[in-house]
Amino acid sequence: MNDGKQIWVWVETLAGQVKPVGLEALHAGKTLAEQLGATATAVLAGGPDATVPEAVTGSGVQQVLLIQHPHLDPHNSLGLVEAFAAQIQSRQPAVVLMGATNHGKELAPALAAKLGVGLATDCIALDVEGDTLKARRPVYAGKAHITFQFGEHRPCLLTLRPNVFRPSQATAAEAAPVETVTAEIPEDGLRLKIKDVVQAAGRKLDISEARIIVSGGMGMQKPENFRLLEELAEVLGAAVGASRPVVDNGWREYSNQVGQTGRTVSPDLYIACGISGAVQHLAGMSSSRCIVAINKDPNAPIFDVADYGIVGNVLDILPVMTAEFKKVLSP
Amino acid sequence: MALNILVCVKQVIDTGAAIEIKDGAVQIEGLPRVLNPYDEFAVEEAVRMKEADGESTVTLISMGPEKFKDTLRKGLAMGADKAVHLLDPAFEGLDSLGVAQVLAAGIRTLDYDLILCGRQAVDDDMAQVGPALAVLLGLPFISVITKLNVGGDGKSAEVTRQIEGGSELIETPLPAVLTCQKGLNEPRLPSLKGIMAAKKKEIAVLDAAAIGFDAASQGATANRITQVDLAKPPAR
Ligand SMILES: Cc1cc2nc3c(=O)[nH]c(=O)nc-3n(C[C@H](O)[C@H](O)[C@H](O)COP(=O)(O)OP(=O)(O)OC[C@H]3O[C@@H](n4cnc5c(N)ncnc54)[C@H](O)[C@@H]3O)c2cc1C
Ligand SMILES: Cc1cc2nc3c(=O)[nH]c(=O)nc-3n(C[C@H](O)[C@H](O)[C@H](O)COP(=O)(O)OP(=O)(O)OC[C@H]3O[C@@H](n4cnc5c(N)ncnc54)[C@H](O)[C@@H]3O)c2cc1C
Repeated sequence: MNDGKQIWVWVETLAGQVKPVGLEALHAGKTLAEQLGATATAVLAGGPDATVPEAVTGSGVQQVLLIQHPHLDPHNSLGLVEAFAAQIQSRQPAVVLMGATNHGKELAPALAAKLGVGLATDCIALDVEGDTLKARRPVYAGKAHITFQFGEHRPCLLTLRPNVFRPSQATAAEAAPVETVTAEIPEDGLRLKIKDVVQAAGRKLDISEARIIVSGGMGMQKPENFRLLEELAEVLGAAVGASRPVVDNGWREYSNQVGQTGRTVSPDLYIACGISGAVQHLAGMSSSRCIVAINKDPNAPIFDVADYGIVGNVLDILPVMTAEFKKVLSP
Repeated sequence: MALNILVCVKQVIDTGAAIEIKDGAVQIEGLPRVLNPYDEFAVEEAVRMKEADGESTVTLISMGPEKFKDTLRKGLAMGADKAVHLLDPAFEGLDSLGVAQVLAAGIRTLDYDLILCGRQAVDDDMAQVGPALAVLLGLPFISVITKLNVGGDGKSAEVTRQIEGGSELIETPLPAVLTCQKGLNEPRLPSLKGIMAAKKKEIAVLDAAAIGFDAASQGATANRITQVDLAKPPAR
């Protein structure tokens, strides 16, 4: 497997399930492989009986590498750094991609330091020019985009912002061969003990993975009014986000906070309800594909980034929207 | 159990500031600068540990130009005991790995049982320095932590860290590098007394020679990635 250029994609799984961003990274990896005349390899890690989901083998990659070790289930960053670095050193891929999840954002810089290679995090666009790889990423709370170019160290490491590199359509490809390796993890990689992995009750759609987010700000006025957002979200199959003061007031959980000190999201549709549009909020959502803002103040800064704006009382508008969507969307 | 706690702090441009881009660079002259908000969680956590046991020492460490002293003072005013400023023109223009290398070299000259960083710096947003620093120092690391309990013997810690849709409970031996996330604590505003006391606290300056930094192999010319463009995001 050492001939020719390889693009590796780490596909993150949780309880055996592939994370959507893993499939997005695969899509980006395949696109890069085509541009570079390289092959695409999906890399997964897990315990001794881990298997590779069909979504990965059938994703159109040329090969799948499954790294097994008792210490890698559940996810263990230190163990994975050792196991992953050893595979990279022996097989020498040109590029390694992964999703910018909490695990990806931890694994990538550790790998970069261990291998002494370059890393661009939270990328929103990739570009190939000759043999040079370029990556674009937001900086300064999304107020600027910076483009980096990689030097000669290999592999180039990149983490990709979730929801940005989505395949336009699902491809059904021939199943790629899976090569299973048992990792040897030195003492150093065994230092962390994962004592528990807690999933939030009900496992609602995580806002970083949702295609549609309805988000509420202080304009919702009181916590009970978030019911209006829950109802709209239910009809749209959306997740509910919030601005920081809403979270600081304890109206919503921190894991739902959108913005610079919260989560970064890029859904297809972001509906901002009673959110003024402070730069720290925009930092978390301005890469959304379509932004709809509802605000009673026509001069609210959120309208500067909105594709569609509705000026009015959000408490009146939401029930009407929910009723209308229900009509349109119910079979 | 007296611990030596190091906190890595960076000065950042206040995210509320409007920025102007000229010739592919942000015009940072004159913009308001603050202690990176995530580093405030790190400083607060360290100071609380010290207050709880009454004997630990909190040392801030920062790499950056002269102006970064203001940020070190802010952390000292919050209750840190002393600070180390890694200051040398040779440290300019480094990429994340370069920054982590300088910090690691500085930290090797110090005693430490625990190193706290922020989750990410809110200007460059790379979220790299913490884990990279840990690898360079040969330490375990856990990022985006929201809860920290150091064991009675100071040899291990139990940490809650955020993942999408949930959390993990992880035990690590110390020393370790942990990166701090909102939810860990509520950072205090420095009191007037704290601000006065900070003026008398020591800020030790270490330059390239003091930490054995080799500009040829570790300076900006050794950067693994280089900037080719900086522009406003495309208009919607
Ligand atoms: C370091 C730092 C980090 C930060 N991080 C974040 C972050 O991660 N996320 C974040 O969101 N914020 C963050 N902030 C806070 C941010 O600056 C704003 O204060 C915050 O986003 C404002 O929240 P809001 O829009 O909900 O509230 P407000 O600014 O109070 O706006 C409420 C809006 O609702 C409108 N409104 C009121 N009533 C109605 C009604 N009946 N119908 C329709 N509209 C109505 C008003 O016109 C107004 O525009 C951060 C700040 C700092 C300094
Ligand atoms: C080619 C290139 C050139 C650059 N040139 C410059 C330049 O000339 N000037 C410049 O200011 N930046 C420059 N940068 C940006 C600089 O490399 C980043 O600051 C660095 O990559 C760290 O990333 P970050 O600031 O996003 O920190 P993160 O990795 O997001 O920071 C995480 C945590 O690490 C700690 N930390 C980060 N930086 C420091 C620090 N300096 N001291 C102490 N603790 C720290 C803090 O605890 C922080 O919360 C350049 C970057 C590149 C790629």
